[in-house]
Amino acid sequence: MNESYFKEKILPYLLVLPSVLVIIIFLVYPFYEAFKLSFFQGGAWGTNQIFVGLENYINLFSSPKYLASLGRTLLFASLVTFIGLAISLGLAVLLNQKIKGRLFYRTAIIWPYALSAVIAGVLWALLFDPSIGLITYIVKVLTGIRINWRTNGNLAFVIITIAAAWRNIGYNVIFFMSALQNIPKQILESAEIDGASSFQSFFRISIPLITPTMFFLLIMNYLYAFFRTFGLVDVATQGGPGTSTEILTYKLYKDAFVFFDAGSANAQSVLLFVFIVGFTYLQFKYTQRGVFYG
Amino acid sequence: MANRKKLKRILLHITIWISILIICLPLIYAVIISTRDLQGTFVSPPNLKFGSDAIETYKKAWTTVNMGRLLIIKFGSDAIETYKKAWTTVNMGRLLINSGIVAITTSVVKIILAIMAAFAIVFFDFRGKYVAFAAVFLTQLLPVPVKIVPTFELMKAFNWVDSYYALTFPYFATATGTFLFRQFFLTVPNDLVDAARIDGCSPMTFLRKVLIPLSWNNIGALFLVEFVYMWNRYLWPLIITNSEEMRVAQIGIKMLMTTGSINQWNIIMAGAIITLIPPLIVLLILQKTFIEGFVMRTGK
Repeated sequence: MNESYFKEKILPYLLVLPSVLVIIIFLVYPFYEAFKLSFFQGGAWGTNQIFVGLENYINLFSSPKYLASLGRTLLFASLVTFIGLAISLGLAVLLNQKIKGRLFYRTAIIWPYALSAVIAGVLWALLFDPSIGLITYIVKVLTGIRINWRTNGNLAFVIITIAAAWRNIGYNVIFFMSALQNIPKQILESAEIDGASSFQSFFRISIPLITPTMFFLLIMNYLYAFFRTFGLVDVATQGGPGTSTEILTYKLYKDAFVFFDAGSANAQSVLLFVFIVGFTYLQFKYTQRGVFYG
Repeated sequence: MANRKKLKRILLHITIWISILIICLPLIYAVIISTRDLQGTFVSPPNLKFGSDAIETYKKAWTTVNMGRLLIIKFGSDAIETYKKAWTTVNMGRLLINSGIVAITTSVVKIILAIMAAFAIVFFDFRGKYVAFAAVFLTQLLPVPVKIVPTFELMKAFNWVDSYYALTFPYFATATGTFLFRQFFLTVPNDLVDAARIDGCSPMTFLRKVLIPLSWNNIGALFLVEFVYMWNRYLWPLIITNSEEMRVAQIGIKMLMTTGSINQWNIIMAGAIITLIPPLIVLLILQKTFIEGFVMRTGK
């Protein structure tokens, strides 16, 4: 800890002021409003507000649609996280070998970091397009079945899951690689001298040593799947067919800006906040590290 | 033994190449489709041949967004003609410029605010320091969906709907950046601070002459993170902008998707690829700095 301080009294306040102002005006105040208005119902957008107590919440928890969306989002986030992390860890191990062309390989694998959710959505929508998609065609050749996500909700769900997991590979690989590089070489070398196979030293040494990173990425991927996949769903499936890809943020968007049900939307916002707090709490508890998504 | 090692190495390269191909396949296919005309996208069986209409398709993607936007607005027919003339040459360009303005402004402001806040928190002892620190942390807990309706209302009250202000201001505070600089500043030796004070160096001079020159790696890394993040925003711009001039590139892709009765995949892909290029370039340029200045630091 730095113990040498400058003595100026006013300056530090001026330095933090811009950040604090932005936070209060654009973050804390709107969230406070969302919380408050989640106990109200009213005409479209705030006219004739009527206090309804917990009714918005009760309505949500007794709505099969909301509960289905909640379950769907948890499943989606879990699949995105576990599939993404397993593949990314494998890739990071491959890239961590001493080989020629490593820098090029790394770039060729981590570039999806630059992708937006929207682009990931259109790329996979094209691959699975019912009439001209490459994957649709391959599946047809292999199985004789012509898959069509517009009529098959499960398939639509699979598509957004693959697209979301694929998009986050770059991010995961970057963090896994740096964690693997931070493992002290001596430990791995002495294990090799002691006759440990590379499998043994991977599972017995590397994996335990990168557990903090793994946990960090676990939470990051859940947050990512919850909060940064809206664009993907909106361009690829619009939540359909039916509601089979309607994740929580998509439902929130529709209730707020299509059905203009501000009371319900605010209650959904507050519930999403509860999820973030939960994830962040777990992260701090187990890794003592902040959440980083920009 | 030597042979086995060699074989292992070759296998490793092959495995990596296969992985790369699988990861890049969606993009490769997109590039290929984007070089064809509309008919070309319907070839059966699908193949990986490049078409000869690359330039045409990209031109169309550039100008079609405009058409899509006009259909959404439904002005009188004269307006359509005027808009067409005025916008055919630029539109996708306009969207990219908007994205660029938003992403660059926000990234730069975020970096400056983060440096200021971290500087105050590390090098000064003042009341309310931990409150300020906690406030910064709050930004992590309050992404757009958690406060979406009231933020929209707030923008209406400010008369900021459909403006650059609405696209940038709510993003200016950054916990990621503040924590990143705080952690870095904590590693600056006390002696350096003492020496600066004895030399009568004012805090701001110390920041300018000593800290910032030491921080370029972190600045570069944070720029990458924030630029990519802001360039890729979709939900907030979708809600808060509604005019042609204020839309951003991500929304342009959605517009290409909804133009016409069938998906014109060649044009959509062209639009997607155009939109992907800027953040990709930033990533390629800054990836080393990013890994050294951000991942290694946050990954500890």
